[in-house]
Amino acid sequence: MAIPPEPEARRSVIHDIGYRKYDGIRLGEGYTWRTLYDLGLRHCYGLGRAAKYKVLPMLMLAIMLIPALIIVGVQVIVDLGEQVLPYSRYSVIMLMVISIFVAVQAPALISRDLRYRVLTLYLARPLRLDTYVYARVAALASGLFILTGLPLLVLYVGSLLSGLSPGSETVDVLGGLGGAAILSVVLACGSAVVAATTTRRGFAIAAIITALVMSYTIVATVQGIADEQGNTDVAGYAGLFSPFTLVDGIQVALFDTEASTSAGPPGAVGGLVFIAFAIVLVVGCMLVLLRRYRKLAGR
Amino acid sequence: MRRGRGTISPVSLIATRGLTKNFPQVVALDSLTIDVGAGVTGLVGANGAGKSTLIKILLGLLPASSGSATVLDLDVVRQATQIRSRVGYMPEHDCLPPDVSATELIVHLARISGLPPDAARERSADVLRHVGLAEERYRPIGGYSTGMRQRVKLAQAIVHDPELVFLDEPTNGLDPLGRDDMLALIRRIGTEFGIAVLVTSHLLGELERTSDNIVVIDAGRLLRASSTAEFTQVTGALTVEVQDPDSGANPRDRLGHALAAQGLQVAPAGGLLRVDIVDESTYDIVRDQVAELGLGLVRIEQTRHRIEDIFIADATVEGVPDGDPA
Repeated sequence: MAIPPEPEARRSVIHDIGYRKYDGIRLGEGYTWRTLYDLGLRHCYGLGRAAKYKVLPMLMLAIMLIPALIIVGVQVIVDLGEQVLPYSRYSVIMLMVISIFVAVQAPALISRDLRYRVLTLYLARPLRLDTYVYARVAALASGLFILTGLPLLVLYVGSLLSGLSPGSETVDVLGGLGGAAILSVVLACGSAVVAATTTRRGFAIAAIITALVMSYTIVATVQGIADEQGNTDVAGYAGLFSPFTLVDGIQVALFDTEASTSAGPPGAVGGLVFIAFAIVLVVGCMLVLLRRYRKLAGR
Repeated sequence: MRRGRGTISPVSLIATRGLTKNFPQVVALDSLTIDVGAGVTGLVGANGAGKSTLIKILLGLLPASSGSATVLDLDVVRQATQIRSRVGYMPEHDCLPPDVSATELIVHLARISGLPPDAARERSADVLRHVGLAEERYRPIGGYSTGMRQRVKLAQAIVHDPELVFLDEPTNGLDPLGRDDMLALIRRIGTEFGIAVLVTSHLLGELERTSDNIVVIDAGRLLRASSTAEFTQVTGALTVEVQDPDSGANPRDRLGHALAAQGLQVAPAGGLLRVDIVDESTYDIVRDQVAELGLGLVRIEQTRHRIEDIFIADATVEGVPDGDPA
């Protein structure tokens, strides 16, 4: 059919190719899990989100790295002959920075989907609720591991550059990274439970930061008093009640490091108690979290 | 309960049998048995009639108290995951994160539905174009208008090319123009895109133009299920206003009696008459009777349907009802 050309039509033509069906493959749950995990990890550092969400996590990561970089700088210039700061102690020293990071990023990963009800869009897809929960917590734990592990790698590289024994340094840094990984999992599980109980970001941030800082302060105080009275068992077991001292005690038990607090877990039994306590804590948190989400799913 | 005949297409995409859902305080669904076929089906009911509850049960997100349901011949309890990979869902409530762009969200959700990265990107661009989101799709959703948000919600429901899509109150919060656009889009999804649609609304009128079939539920019970054409035919009514240029003595009731004598269903509605349409001849009968009584016809128009009409139709007794002085 011949249609007389109109100037309007000649100037801009939109080719509407119409709706196209999708006949390609549909991948399974493993792929879905990875997709969720990848995006969660990127969101941990504000990547893919609006600019203002990048500021805090990136700042915290920078602050985490500064002491390590300074130590490395000093090490390279002045030959100290030994590692100034044990790998196992870095997280305890930087606990405030780690606490702020997890307090802000746990709600970003967990509460956000509840607050804006994005969870509904996930649950309407072929994705099991458990997969969603595990992927979210794993992303948070991985984000934390980058934060706690990266400075240890910087220290490690620095120690090699300054000519420390590669053998013992490698063993030590692996222990440190193991501790960082355990700490990341414990913190991720615990903070996820808090973040899942509220849709209010501010409330979750305050609750997590208070719990982490308060628990450490109380543990340190109890340990100080017990130590003064010569009660090393009480001082040792008090360490169970803060994630940072708990993981420090596990490092003592597993990697034979020196305790970062005034008292580590008492003896071999103490070490086992610390490990068992951490396992119970992580499993318990995950059970609570899954129960919470099952309740939310029906809404 | 079901009155429509031969209106539901033979292949049932959704079938419920005695579906019941009790919440602690209310009965959301009360032994609901419906069949939904291809094309666009409007699910109409007042707020709290059980529309959203039904959709959640069909998606396998909410367990039913009793009864059974299948979607695409899959059981909603045992095969929920399979159902969810083949259907799409646009929730009634707001469900969009403000901190990411529409493109990023849709690509991500397409991947969660199992589409590989390249296909997810391609289809996201496609559906966002189809729903009419232009350059703004690269900006964070937080700054979108209600109309744009509804489009994003619709896009995520069809991005994985489902066979069936549940749209819960898609016109909510839209202005009249946005409402028309959305309804036209839904019509296209049902016809051109070849995706079966179950769309809910509390307004029967707006779904009449969009749907092939209408299911009306009230308090969790089926009120009526039939094709839209049959619906209009059966519940269609005329509003007639007359005046007597001579005496002015109650022309409404005089015409009402005359029409009732001709076998029509007549009811007074304020100063007007409501006449049920049987077929084309109804118009002629009204015209002839008005002329015979020597009345002046002020107006004759098709009544706009509302859900209330169906309630009235179900409750009214035969014959000329009350308000008639005879």
